[in-house]
Amino acid sequence: MNLGRDFVDRLFTWAGVQAAGGFWMPEQGSTGAAAVDHLFSFILWVSAFFFLLIVTLMIVFVVRYRRRPGRMEAERGPAHNTPLEITWTVIPIAIVIGIFIWGFKVYLDVNTPPANSYEVLVTGQKWKWLFTYPNGHVDENLHVPVDTPIRLVMTSEDVIHGFYVPAFRLKRDVVPGRYVKVWFRAVNPGEYQIYCTQYCGTGHSDMWAKVIVHEPGGFERWLDEAGNFMKTMPPAQAGELLYRTRGCAQCHSVNGSGGTGPTWKGLFASHVPIEGGRVMVADEDYLRTCILDPTKNVPVGFQPVMPTFKGRLKDDEITAIIEYIKTLK
Amino acid sequence: MTGIESGAAGFGQGGNALGRDNYLNHERGIKSWLLTRDHKRIGVMYLVVILSSFFLGGIFAELIRTKLLTPGNSALMKADTYNQMFTLHGAIMIFLFVIPGIPASLGNFVLPLMLGAKDVAFPRLNLASFYLWVGGALLALGSMVTGAVDTGWTFYTPYSTTTNTNVIMMVAGIFVLGFSSIFTGLNFVVTIHKLRPAGMTWFRMPLFLWGIYGTAIIQIMATPVLGITLLLLIAERALGIGIFDPALGGDPVLFQHFFWFYSHPAVYIMILPAMGVISELVSVFSRKHIFGYSFIAMSSIAIAVLSFLVWGHHMFVAGQSTLSSMIFSFLTFMVAIPSAVKVFNWLATMYKGSIWLATPMLYVLSFLFLFGIGGLTGLFLGALAVDVHLHDTYFVVAHFHYVMFGGTVIAFLGGLHYWWPKMFGRMYSEFWGRIGALLVFVGFNTTFFTQFVMGSHGAPRRSYHYQPQFEAYHRLSTIGAYILGVGFVVIAVYLIHSLLRGRPAPANPWGGATLEWQTSSPPPHDNFESTPAVGDPYDVEAWTWDGAVGGFVRRAPAGQPAGS
Repeated sequence: MNLGRDFVDRLFTWAGVQAAGGFWMPEQGSTGAAAVDHLFSFILWVSAFFFLLIVTLMIVFVVRYRRRPGRMEAERGPAHNTPLEITWTVIPIAIVIGIFIWGFKVYLDVNTPPANSYEVLVTGQKWKWLFTYPNGHVDENLHVPVDTPIRLVMTSEDVIHGFYVPAFRLKRDVVPGRYVKVWFRAVNPGEYQIYCTQYCGTGHSDMWAKVIVHEPGGFERWLDEAGNFMKTMPPAQAGELLYRTRGCAQCHSVNGSGGTGPTWKGLFASHVPIEGGRVMVADEDYLRTCILDPTKNVPVGFQPVMPTFKGRLKDDEITAIIEYIKTLK
Repeated sequence: MTGIESGAAGFGQGGNALGRDNYLNHERGIKSWLLTRDHKRIGVMYLVVILSSFFLGGIFAELIRTKLLTPGNSALMKADTYNQMFTLHGAIMIFLFVIPGIPASLGNFVLPLMLGAKDVAFPRLNLASFYLWVGGALLALGSMVTGAVDTGWTFYTPYSTTTNTNVIMMVAGIFVLGFSSIFTGLNFVVTIHKLRPAGMTWFRMPLFLWGIYGTAIIQIMATPVLGITLLLLIAERALGIGIFDPALGGDPVLFQHFFWFYSHPAVYIMILPAMGVISELVSVFSRKHIFGYSFIAMSSIAIAVLSFLVWGHHMFVAGQSTLSSMIFSFLTFMVAIPSAVKVFNWLATMYKGSIWLATPMLYVLSFLFLFGIGGLTGLFLGALAVDVHLHDTYFVVAHFHYVMFGGTVIAFLGGLHYWWPKMFGRMYSEFWGRIGALLVFVGFNTTFFTQFVMGSHGAPRRSYHYQPQFEAYHRLSTIGAYILGVGFVVIAVYLIHSLLRGRPAPANPWGGATLEWQTSSPPPHDNFESTPAVGDPYDVEAWTWDGAVGGFVRRAPAGQPAGS
């Protein structure tokens, strides 16, 4: 029994599939990964068998029956053999049905989240991921506790993105206008790569993030601290974080380049021409009005398309953002 | 020896016709080509434009691979340029090269000859189809100048309806190309139904024609769906009608269903004619009757039917229901069976044959090796749980290149080398032919096998930047792409050289038993000087090498009907 187990384990190793990562597969970071890898190695062995069968027969035939003096004609033989042909139709059917059933079973397992999973909202946008936690904290990386079922509820703000964590064997397209749900349970603390796999334009290949799996107890500590950044960080630094995580960065640059909205570089205390002929000074009050009532004073050359952030940003958060804008000289 | 001599009267007119009246010199002048209704000339014109498209698509591929030598930014191109390059590479290779490839060039040339007919059923429609191809290609390539598309060749919404590149022009081009494809398919279906000669029943038809026939059915039935989908896409972009964009109340996944309802069968539009070519070649170069004719023929039809029922396997991670995914996964596994059956039948044909390792046969061996890998890696992608991990990674890129390049392009090259003497009346250098086949084989595997490993480790496709851990794989893959490029340059050089200096080809240089080998090389304008006798298309053993002719001649005395 033990010998049999040992042999099966070796088959996986030879197939380049190991918990720590091998020739074929990356390391196994989730409970679902091992099940997927077992099926992968099984198909690999089936494929290797048939491939070697085809290539060996091909080579043997070429060597033995090569056209040469004394063998200019083929040997007479039957032009078909129905029992043989039915055999090599039925055997592959049986094998692929086996693979199909196995593949479907594992798929169901990894798609059915356990009850009382911890839920994180995932938003895909050009070209970053945002993760929203139950306490309202928004982060650019996915922090999770180890050995806890995590349920992700994902949607996109613009085009289709693909949420992919290779180490978890987890992938799902993130479609605008829909909520898609996946789950996983990480088995080891550490950092794991997140990619976007559905092509989404210029920054598609930069849409990277990390899953950070915390030790037991570490996640709660992190979340408390991260959720409290308004109290622990200097206002300008907190403002920068809000700039990146609350959607400002999609329209406003901080380096002077153009966008849907005015750049923030050099904005503070500058003279802004307003639609209708007025000119206003971009001081604290002006910026606060722009955030809470964006269509009131629209600068010349821009469309009144910014949504209001009334109720979406608290007073101290608005202050922090204004402090951040002040630093962008 | 009592065979048919070159130029002799009888059912096997033949010999080399370069010095005599043939389809190439029957009429002269550019106008006689541009307005021709001769299927052979249309086939040659298709060959020229299709190979030019392949060249262009290949240039894009080499540029992409060169960028990917390093993981970061590249002086060669920016991310946006890279995105446009892989889109153009895909769109050109798929719509301008692989889909029309074998049917429109080799098929056009060979189909009526194999039937012993003078032409296809509708010669004018055939020429119209060619000009639709040209028009569609100009529109599609015109988009390069007016804002090269950056959507990927799949045009997924809502990205394709919101990007500011010239999607409408590209998509309109593909819409027109679709009609070219439909016209060709319609023409071939009618030709095979109505112009088969007396004695050629369905099951005495060359298997290449079964392949072309299955393809033509798919072309007629699936291409209109693509046309409608692309029109809807244009309507959404140009008029703001909400069909696919959720911002307008549409459903982006609906586009994927429509798109793959065509584009999955299109995979079989690409591979069925290739399988037909291999069936011809494996019999002729094993000097042996094809094994299991009816299983091969029926498997072509089974593939054509099943190909319509598996599109959903492109959407296992797109959010379709678990039930749909289950059904599509099951049907996907079923479509693997007819392909496996064909492979076993081809191997059985080689068994106890007299295997002649001429250049076309090297492509057959290459095909079995590469298509074997391409088909077997499909098992990974058909299995739902494993597909979730591999979807949209380089594993998929490698898989479909093994099928489309390792399958279709290799078979196309095999067929091109096989019918080249018939088309142009000249032999190419056998030595360089083998070198070319070897370079392509080595270059291809180096390029794409690496991508399987990279993909299973999680490298996402269509990526300008990549993680440093993948750099070694990318470098190896690029080296392979360069070897592949050298292989194609070698092939281009000796083929062009053969047109000018090649040894004049005999009527039947390979000993094929299908009817096209019973006319001169190149054939006369009307294909045959007198009606050829229909026999068993795989009775290759009835043909034997004759050193005096420099080609194969029939063993049976002249005038005696060919037996089966």
